[in-house]
Amino acid sequence: MITRILFFALAVMVFISAPAAKAAEPIKVGAVLSVSGPASFLGEPERNTLLLLQDKINAQGGILGRPLEMIIYDDETEVNKAVLAADRLLKRDRVVAAIGGTTSGNTLAIMPKFASARIPLVSCAAAEKIVKPVNPWVFKTPQSDRHAVIKILEHAKSQGYKNIAIITVSDGFGQAGREVLMELIPAHGMNVAADEIYGPKDTDMTPQLTKIRGLNPDAIVCWGTNPGPAVIARNRVQLAMDTPLYMSHGVASKRFIELAGDAAEGLILPAGRLAVADQLSEDHPQKAVLQAYIQEYEARFNTEVSTFGGYAYDALTLIVEAVRRAGEATPQAIRDHLEEIHGFVATGGIFELSAEDHNGLDERAFVIVRIAGGDWELVSD
Amino acid sequence: MDLASLLQFLASGLTVGSTYGLAALGFTIIFNTTGIINFAQGEFVMLGGILAVVFMHWLDPGLPAAILLAVVATTLVGLLMERLTIRPVRNASAINLIIVTIGVSITIRGLVMLFWGKDTYVLPAFSGMAPIHLLGATIIPQSLWILGIAVVVLALLKGFFSRTIFGRAMLACSFEPRAARLVGISVERMVMASFMLSAFVGAVGGVILTPLTMTSYDVGVLLGMKGFAACILGGLGNPFGAAAGGLILGILEAFGAGLVSSAYKDAIAFVVILGILLWKPSGLFGVPDTERV
Repeated sequence: MITRILFFALAVMVFISAPAAKAAEPIKVGAVLSVSGPASFLGEPERNTLLLLQDKINAQGGILGRPLEMIIYDDETEVNKAVLAADRLLKRDRVVAAIGGTTSGNTLAIMPKFASARIPLVSCAAAEKIVKPVNPWVFKTPQSDRHAVIKILEHAKSQGYKNIAIITVSDGFGQAGREVLMELIPAHGMNVAADEIYGPKDTDMTPQLTKIRGLNPDAIVCWGTNPGPAVIARNRVQLAMDTPLYMSHGVASKRFIELAGDAAEGLILPAGRLAVADQLSEDHPQKAVLQAYIQEYEARFNTEVSTFGGYAYDALTLIVEAVRRAGEATPQAIRDHLEEIHGFVATGGIFELSAEDHNGLDERAFVIVRIAGGDWELVSD
Repeated sequence: MDLASLLQFLASGLTVGSTYGLAALGFTIIFNTTGIINFAQGEFVMLGGILAVVFMHWLDPGLPAAILLAVVATTLVGLLMERLTIRPVRNASAINLIIVTIGVSITIRGLVMLFWGKDTYVLPAFSGMAPIHLLGATIIPQSLWILGIAVVVLALLKGFFSRTIFGRAMLACSFEPRAARLVGISVERMVMASFMLSAFVGAVGGVILTPLTMTSYDVGVLLGMKGFAACILGGLGNPFGAAAGGLILGILEAFGAGLVSSAYKDAIAFVVILGILLWKPSGLFGVPDTERV
């Protein structure tokens, strides 16, 4: 009798595990990233991070017992190629979820395709437009410019500054920042003392700074990505100006400190916690995640980790978390469960996603750092 | 607007303008010998800066030696460019040769990007970063280096083209290659020399600029464009006009950004240039083309 029951139980187990064996076909997640072209400084660490995570997840037995297969296409920072890659992911590779694009422009171009195919897309680009208004199928991991501006203005307010001069680069990043600055500076009870612009390839910004110096503001906010802000930092020293200078999170990399040299000393900027992972207090929930990511990334790729790779880290771990919560890897289930992720600790911050908020971060995702002795110094958490 | 600010704009304009001027001089040298516009001129400037950085990190021979190596290496690139891409098609029309130079510029840019990436690099300043105060305006010593070296290079070139037999032979090649050959000038050698000389001038520009403006694989595009504009403004083929055109362009940009609007500084400069060219199509210091029939 007992043997018969055992035999029966065994048969049932074999029966149940049979579909499990069949289910070991991989979970396909796609990615459209700008690994080459002008945005490669973003896309390359993103691709590296996805490869790193794929191997790590599969070494730990995959997701729900199924291996993870990342299908990554390089759009060369071109909109047309991003759209073609999105089509391939949707029609040929039949992914259950996707990550990308790297830039805001490419994300905005491929978003409608994913929405109409009803496949969730988690973007690595920062523009607010990606998640505002909310598209049910589109999420993003980077903090918004708005959060960085709020963080800067809160710091400026605590220092008692009233008149703020802004100098922004004439590209998409700078002008999006300028719009938010022009909106939020008056909203924080301060004045825009000057509104100067420079070109992304300009090599001398002393005319703009001379003009700003003449207006004698309490502080200057510069919005751009390398190398412009490094030129501005150097020009400020050249003009012997001592007006405090805030930079954007766009230069929160060691490269900026190298380029600006001594002129970077004392500059203040908002940065993700990745830059100051070692200086976080031991009980900060992100500390362990960040240190593990930094250590694994630098050990494998032998280059310094960047905040940008973190965007992809967060995108993939959020998708994996949604699959685990759902217990199945269908696009609908992933989308539904992404919206239910709360208190999820990742590199960019602690994600609180909901049906209304497809970014899940706020200004607390940034810390204010000061550049001192050629390194970041945590000012306020 | 107070005097100090105006002086500051002038200092900024002169510094930036000399860099345009040096790029423009390179265009002039090759134009004067071959009658073609070398659109890889900006890439020579870029190579000067990038190679100096590369030699600094790779061999660590100290700044002066790294600069010397970079200038020599770039001059060799000029030689190779002429031997490998211009000489094989030397009988083609000027417009074809110009297209060849565009191809070379894209190739050089691509190779530099593949070898050393897309990062921005910087060299240490020749004599420190401490600003010099002058009537309320401030200048860093590197600006003086740039201005000084630009003037020296200009003077040497002017003397070379008008006083040395070699320089006059180069000029002769552009006016009438066949006649030049008949009087015993080796046109091929002159063309090769002009590419080397213009690569040399470009590289000198690149190494003195890099401590101030930094460099990356794609800085040549903008410098080439501004240098070409300076050439046209000053009158194509005239070294003095090229340098003056560069300075005027730099000053227009600085005052445009400082006094009018920094968002439109390039537009302001180019509108003024268009105006000047409408009034004087051969450029400020150019001689109108006359053809004897």
